[in-house]
Amino acid sequence: MNALETLRTGLEAIRTHRLRSGLTVLGILIGIAAVILTVGLGEGAQAKVSSEISSLGTNLLTVSPGSSTSSSGIRGGFGSASTLTIQDADALESKTVAPAIAAVAPTTQSSEVLTAGNSNWTTTVVGSEADWLQVRARTVTEGRFLDSQDVADHADVVVLAPTTAEELFGFEDPVGQTVNIAGVPMTVIGELDSVGSGSSSSSTTDEDDEAIVPITTAAQQLFGGTSRDSVQSILIEATSSTTLTAAYQETEDELLVMHHITTPADADFTISTQQQLLSTATSVDKTLTVLLAGIAAISLLVGGIGVMNIMLVSVTERVREIGLRKALGATPVLIRRQFLVESSILGLSGGVLGAALGAVGTQVLPSLVSQPMSLSVAATVGAIVIAMAVGLGFGVYPASRAARLAPIDALRNE
Amino acid sequence: MTGTSRPTDDTQQFDATAVVRVDHPVIELEDVRKTYRTGSLAVEALRGVSLSIGVGEYLAVMGPSGSGKSTLMHILGCLDVPTSGRYWLAGEDVGAMDEADLAHVRNRRVGFVFQQFNLLASMTAQRNVELPLMYAGVDRVERRALALAALQRVGLGDRLEHRPGELSGGQQQRVAVARAIVTDPDLILADEPTGNLDSVSTADVLEVFDELHASGRTVVLITHERDVAGRASRVVRMHDGMVVSEEDSVVGARA
Repeated sequence: MNALETLRTGLEAIRTHRLRSGLTVLGILIGIAAVILTVGLGEGAQAKVSSEISSLGTNLLTVSPGSSTSSSGIRGGFGSASTLTIQDADALESKTVAPAIAAVAPTTQSSEVLTAGNSNWTTTVVGSEADWLQVRARTVTEGRFLDSQDVADHADVVVLAPTTAEELFGFEDPVGQTVNIAGVPMTVIGELDSVGSGSSSSSTTDEDDEAIVPITTAAQQLFGGTSRDSVQSILIEATSSTTLTAAYQETEDELLVMHHITTPADADFTISTQQQLLSTATSVDKTLTVLLAGIAAISLLVGGIGVMNIMLVSVTERVREIGLRKALGATPVLIRRQFLVESSILGLSGGVLGAALGAVGTQVLPSLVSQPMSLSVAATVGAIVIAMAVGLGFGVYPASRAARLAPIDALRNE
Repeated sequence: MTGTSRPTDDTQQFDATAVVRVDHPVIELEDVRKTYRTGSLAVEALRGVSLSIGVGEYLAVMGPSGSGKSTLMHILGCLDVPTSGRYWLAGEDVGAMDEADLAHVRNRRVGFVFQQFNLLASMTAQRNVELPLMYAGVDRVERRALALAALQRVGLGDRLEHRPGELSGGQQQRVAVARAIVTDPDLILADEPTGNLDSVSTADVLEVFDELHASGRTVVLITHERDVAGRASRVVRMHDGMVVSEEDSVVGARA
């Protein structure tokens, strides 16, 4: 009996029990479609996050305060926020101390209400220095950006992002107008370009909606706080992506000196690169993908148990047929093969149909749940192979039972 | 039924193409015993049966229920193996064979006809008849031709595409007979073949057996009906797992 005939016999058996076979296939189908959809969802999210982060620039370092957990174990967010100061930033700007650093921008930020005439608008007010423009890779479309004189003078000037400008002044030219921030009248000196991140879901701030003021003005007149010199973060741009490691080292060394800390492990600040941010973000997504894929794998396992269940029912139900086939000359090997082929066909059809459903799903779902999804060819092929393996694997026990049946016991069964 | 030409070469491997030597009896049983064990209970179904059946014989085995005739049939058909004793089928010692070899012997040496017909309901008559040929590895074209010939032989050449459910009991049993003869076996083994048939169908099927016998086939038929046994050339009566009498048919073939 050749392979083709074994296949034909298996197909005949499946056709004879259409409904039962269909329901078994459905179990596998759902499992496979779930695998493909979750993997697609995970990969889509990863691709989105990494494209968002890499658009921020690859030679950027961010220094944040309060890195290490203190020995006392508890440390308030407020206290930790004051470990970085404008002086730290100034020290890093020195070309002799840090030759690999191209630009340094200490920043503080707070949410404030801006008013201009009858309009008011709540937005993120960022206090920074002239280098901010370079570090964030932004440009000014109208007027000018802050310069070092503004910072030195604690000048009451502000640069608005386009959405903020539009909310406050409509389509009027904002440059030269006055805005009240926390009761302090400030002169608008420029307008930033648009980066078009309006619908961004993963960034915490909308980069088209913010107001930039001199960090000195922010500290002295706007935000207040316990330490007027403290900053929330220092943004650093390396001279190029190849000097990023050197810039990292220089920053760490200089800040340790500034903070009188001898061992890097005790550092009261954290330096992170975009790469780290990227890998953190993607690892979070990976964890999610693994979790979802785990759930999908369980549903596949349940599908496999369904196959086994149905095959066992099938063996019990067809005891007479098996006995007859044995009486007519089928060897145990042939009987086993026949049942294995049958369960493999169930698994394979579930896999192919599930992959098709998954493929349709990755096309249709993104518009419904507004999540990007990508259809992975490897995952699809893998899923089909897994489905067949599930059918085969869970068919082994029922097939062996069929093969072991003694022909007389089988024929005697009424 | 001399029983003296017992093969000495009983270790020979099974060979499908081996020509059956006419001087061997088709069946040679020597003190065959069969004990079934169910838990601690041992039932002796056969208690030393010795029997020789020659080529072209038409033998009926009779006996009441529990006499061991079904067990004998299972052993003759290689569906089961004796607990002790020896059994040669067409010159081959089948007592020592494993499950796969027994399957080959059943496929090529024995044609079964069962009381319950045992046709596969999902297959047409022709596909049912082809089944043993499929396990013998015969290619599709030859299989169809042989199945057609066998069905014509039992008078069902016009029912090839009918499924068992569309045939009468007698017709179904004739399909089963066609399936039994399609491999040209050394032995046709029928277990109460008319037990489920009305008198007209019974006559039909027995007619087929008569024809097979007339054409030189070896037929062993198990029955408890005297007039069915009466058509055989020899009748063996069993009781309590032993052969109690062997006689040439006294009733006469067409009484």
